[in-house]
Amino acid sequence: MARIEPTHGTDGAPDAGEGTRRAHGRRKAVRYAVPVAVAGVAAASIGIGTALASSGDPDLPKISAQDLIAKMAESDTQQLSGTVKVTTDLGLPSLPSGLSLGDAPAGGKAGHGSAGKEAGADTSPQAKLTELASGTHTLRVAADGPDKQRLSIVERAAEYSVIRNGDQVWAYDSKSNTVHRSTAPKGMHGGKEAPQELRGASPQELAKKTLAAVDDSTSVTVDGTVKVAGRDAYQLVLKPKAAETTVGAVRIAVDAKNGVPLKFTLSPKNGGKAVVDAAFTKVGFGKPAADTFDFKPPKGAKVIEDKADGKAGKEHKAGPGKDAGAPDLSGMNVLGKGWTSIAELKAPGGVGSGAGAKGAKDAGPAGALLDSLGSKVSGSFGSGHVFSTRLVNVLVTDDGKVYAGAVTKDALIKAASK
Amino acid sequence: MSQAEVTTAAAARSAPSPLWALSLFRSEVGTVFRRWRTIALLGVLAAVPVLVGIAVKMETGDGGTAGRGGAGPAFISQVTNNGLFLVFTSLAATLPFFLPMAVGVVAGDSVAGEASSGTLRYLLVAPAGRTRLLLAKFTATLAFCCAATLTVAASALAVGALLFPLGDVTLISGVTVSFGEGLLRALAVAGAVALSLVGIAALGLFVSTLTNSGIAAMATTVGLLITAQIVDQFPQLHAVQPYLFPHYWLSFADLLRAPVYWDQLLDNLGLQALYAAVFGSAAWARFTAKDVTA
Repeated sequence: MARIEPTHGTDGAPDAGEGTRRAHGRRKAVRYAVPVAVAGVAAASIGIGTALASSGDPDLPKISAQDLIAKMAESDTQQLSGTVKVTTDLGLPSLPSGLSLGDAPAGGKAGHGSAGKEAGADTSPQAKLTELASGTHTLRVAADGPDKQRLSIVERAAEYSVIRNGDQVWAYDSKSNTVHRSTAPKGMHGGKEAPQELRGASPQELAKKTLAAVDDSTSVTVDGTVKVAGRDAYQLVLKPKAAETTVGAVRIAVDAKNGVPLKFTLSPKNGGKAVVDAAFTKVGFGKPAADTFDFKPPKGAKVIEDKADGKAGKEHKAGPGKDAGAPDLSGMNVLGKGWTSIAELKAPGGVGSGAGAKGAKDAGPAGALLDSLGSKVSGSFGSGHVFSTRLVNVLVTDDGKVYAGAVTKDALIKAASK
Repeated sequence: MSQAEVTTAAAARSAPSPLWALSLFRSEVGTVFRRWRTIALLGVLAAVPVLVGIAVKMETGDGGTAGRGGAGPAFISQVTNNGLFLVFTSLAATLPFFLPMAVGVVAGDSVAGEASSGTLRYLLVAPAGRTRLLLAKFTATLAFCCAATLTVAASALAVGALLFPLGDVTLISGVTVSFGEGLLRALAVAGAVALSLVGIAALGLFVSTLTNSGIAAMATTVGLLITAQIVDQFPQLHAVQPYLFPHYWLSFADLLRAPVYWDQLLDNLGLQALYAAVFGSAAWARFTAKDVTA
């Protein structure tokens, strides 16, 4: 059978001379170089792109830590919109979807009762916050003044939005087409914190909470400059002086122009990746479009009324000290203060404590499981299990008390022994 | 054949004009779409929205909503409120497998199928050049990508309009827009889905130039698709995942946010363009340098 060989330009005749064959081979090699070159150029441009993005700390006039904190406090930026990337790595195994950390007991569930259960997955803002406690999430935020805010969690082919407009707070879950509606507690939080539960993840809110905890137990320094979301920023570093805490350092990148925190990083003392990393990947300080904050429940959506007042009361009872993130821990008691504060909880309804008490008593398979998850410890308080994550250690005693904090195991045992 | 046609054909042959390339493309498109196999594939794709629509209708006959608590394919809970969402649900349901499989079959068959049936030689006898033939094959495959996506979208729209009410569209950000804008967004979504298939089309074309067996090329392309989908599922392999062609496929849903979230959409387009460039040129290198014996 006659072969049809590729024609090379004008010379169609397959003259099978030695020279032609070698030229043929060379041309073949040259042809294959094209896809290789294309792939190489692409790889190189990706590499250069990331290198460019991370290089070049901006040149800014020196500033003292005091002045920088003052700048943050004075910042009166009311309007902004942008995209925030939040990465949380507590060292917990990633949770299967639908199961959330510390599924809000008592107050949270009572708020929307059977309706929440019927929807299958809990779609309340509280439950959503706990979802942010592991993995990487993209949030889109927009704010216009103290009573118009919007925050959306960008999910795969779905979105969870919390919108505050005036005293109305809406939460919309597109996956289940469910709306949660509540009224903003005016005056309670200075009438400022809108979808309070979810705002906890934005760099501003994290920075604000941290600065509130700053006292003489913390060393505050300015550590050079960085570029965040294309903006020049100073880097503020807070390092706890106490030895018992597991917190290594908190870094806050503060916009050099308007004092808005752009990036928040919390790294553990034992090194490794940051436990919490929240940063703007895109930010603008223009006025967001007015209809950004308009919301009316879509046709056919299930609307669940949340009783805001009851919950807010609960939250307040939780007392001062460090915000543990989970809002509904009733009967919580804070030992110590600042970085070394330890939360003390009494058993029933507490996170995992019921299982802790039971598991240790009947030495069935549950007890064995508990032993494999946490390490057994004992002291003058009796015995219990310590569960460790990269940042937080939790001690569950056999008599059903829970001690938790960003402190070392020894500090927990000491606190329990008191 | 009329006199005029003969002269145009003769003129076209004597001086290769853009029209000539177009006629090659036309003949390739004809070859693709006249195949029973292609028609059957499009029929299966058109049937998916019908099945989804009827299933949702039956499940919600008593007034409930489908996909309670976020289960099931994306957007399914919205379908009962607005038939337009059946377009998005159907595209989300077919994009992971049905659509790319159909494209893989057509792309894998494009060169290898001709080789195995012994018709590739005759195509090369025409003074069109291999590069141009390959381009025609690739564009015909891309035309099939568009046709397949539009088949799903059109069938879904028809079924949605028949079974469910139509009206203002609530985007996944909770913003309500008019039906007209919703329709525009649906068109944009269909476009994004069609473009998402460019990568596998180029990959299939390259595989198709490697072998003389049409079946082998199709099986390899679909196998690569499945492999990429599996690799995309493992969190441990997250380092390579942004470079897998199916990785950003679901980004078409970002067109339904307000404001539109462009990051992943653009990533997807860039990735598909990269696959088209790398595997397109690899296919060219292979095809223009290969000995065709059948």
